[in-house]
Amino acid sequence: MTIRINNNDVAPPDDARVSLLDLLREHLHLTGTKVGCNQGACGACTVLLDGDRVLSCLTLAVQADGHQVTTIEGLGSPEEPHPLQAAFIEHDGFQCGYCTPGQICAAVAMLREAASGMPSYVTVDLATEKTFLSLEEIRERMSGNLCRCGAHNGIVKAIQQVAKEQAA
Amino acid sequence: MIPFTYTRASSADEAASMAIRTGHKLLGGGTNLVDLMRKNVELPSCLVDVTALSDSIKETQEGGVMIGAAARNSAVAAHPLVRTRYPMLSRAILAGASAQIRNMATVAGNLMQRTRCIYFNDVAGSRCNKRSPGSGCDAVGGFNRYHAIIGAAPACIATHPSDMCVALAALDARIHVYNKNATRIIPIVDFHGFPADRPDLETVLEAGDVITSIEIPVSPFAARSAYRKVRDRASYAFALVSVAAGVTMRERTIDDIRVAFGGIAPKPWRAFRVEMALRGGPATQEAFDDAVEAELARAVPLAGNAFKIGLTKRTLSAVLTELTGDAR
Repeated sequence: MTIRINNNDVAPPDDARVSLLDLLREHLHLTGTKVGCNQGACGACTVLLDGDRVLSCLTLAVQADGHQVTTIEGLGSPEEPHPLQAAFIEHDGFQCGYCTPGQICAAVAMLREAASGMPSYVTVDLATEKTFLSLEEIRERMSGNLCRCGAHNGIVKAIQQVAKEQAA
Repeated sequence: MIPFTYTRASSADEAASMAIRTGHKLLGGGTNLVDLMRKNVELPSCLVDVTALSDSIKETQEGGVMIGAAARNSAVAAHPLVRTRYPMLSRAILAGASAQIRNMATVAGNLMQRTRCIYFNDVAGSRCNKRSPGSGCDAVGGFNRYHAIIGAAPACIATHPSDMCVALAALDARIHVYNKNATRIIPIVDFHGFPADRPDLETVLEAGDVITSIEIPVSPFAARSAYRKVRDRASYAFALVSVAAGVTMRERTIDDIRVAFGGIAPKPWRAFRVEMALRGGPATQEAFDDAVEAELARAVPLAGNAFKIGLTKRTLSAVLTELTGDAR
């Protein structure tokens, strides 16, 4: 079996200790994905596994065998940025930029979750299938991605803009 | 991390035959286990990935819900049956961790997760009877803001960290466990133990046991239910105190009620005394306060966590006021 990373097939590592994060950064040199806490507390290492957002630091690379991984490198390029990448630039959704790849990967999956009717802890009526992404909803749904620069206002605005564009 | 091997089990039988071997540990999402291995708290020689076991979420013949062991937390929280019939469970899961972690974590793994006690997690610098039986406990005289006020023991004051399990305790969930051609069913309130003698033994599971599903029985009270979590920040933090509650009213009287607490005990704490005190009585502030006092009469607060007594009282009161609001 192989791990399909950004549409390239990669052999899983022989050593089961290798995290998906280390496979990406140290073996494949896909350094867009960042190491933050390396213990599931910051979200900097967020990638998409079969389209769902996960933490690559707490995922063993061997667990991803047979699955598809998308990193920030697979979402857009300088010439053709993903709509969320463009919105983060427009709204100053970062200062140092270290948490940004994780923020953007998380936001891509979050918008899809919301569109599919996934509720959050702050969703008043859990039975409703229509999710309106208020600022409060976006903040709760993005709470797994910390930003030590405090660029949250720009991050939330960028995400809300793309959410509105997608809904239109 | 020490070296280990990794393999996948395709059935409960295969998982059980591997789980019984020394040093083998079952792996769900890995959100807790992989972290503990990196900290050398857990030292398995082989991980048996059981995420290929059933992850289905189905209505049972009786009208309850059966959740496969490998179902992801986020899938359970989003399922229409859970959202409409057991809102407290959906809300409890959504209160836990982050969306990324909920996508990874399985429900069986959630049942098996270990305490976030900082001393338990600090192999190099702290004594811990749970990690190393007989070594002592640095939490009792240490920073114990996050520790238990009820059900603990001098040997261990760690809390069970799960939100999901608190709702499961209120819902009388039944844990289906497979071992050597036989399946047994363990009520959730009996699944996790007390630390009195052996804080290192956290559940009643034995070698070779494999959790296959979680069954939630028909629960009329659950339709009107809630989960509220109080923590040091608004999101992505473990509970200081949490409350899962469901109520059915008969005019102005509490007909039936279920209450469980999180963040204050070594296991998801089903509050039988609260229920006994309130069942058949009025839904008044005074009744709520008296009920919590009956439950917490046995509480043993420590230097850092005595605030949890008042916080538990106020949180339960707020939840029950909300649930009984239009009938009071």
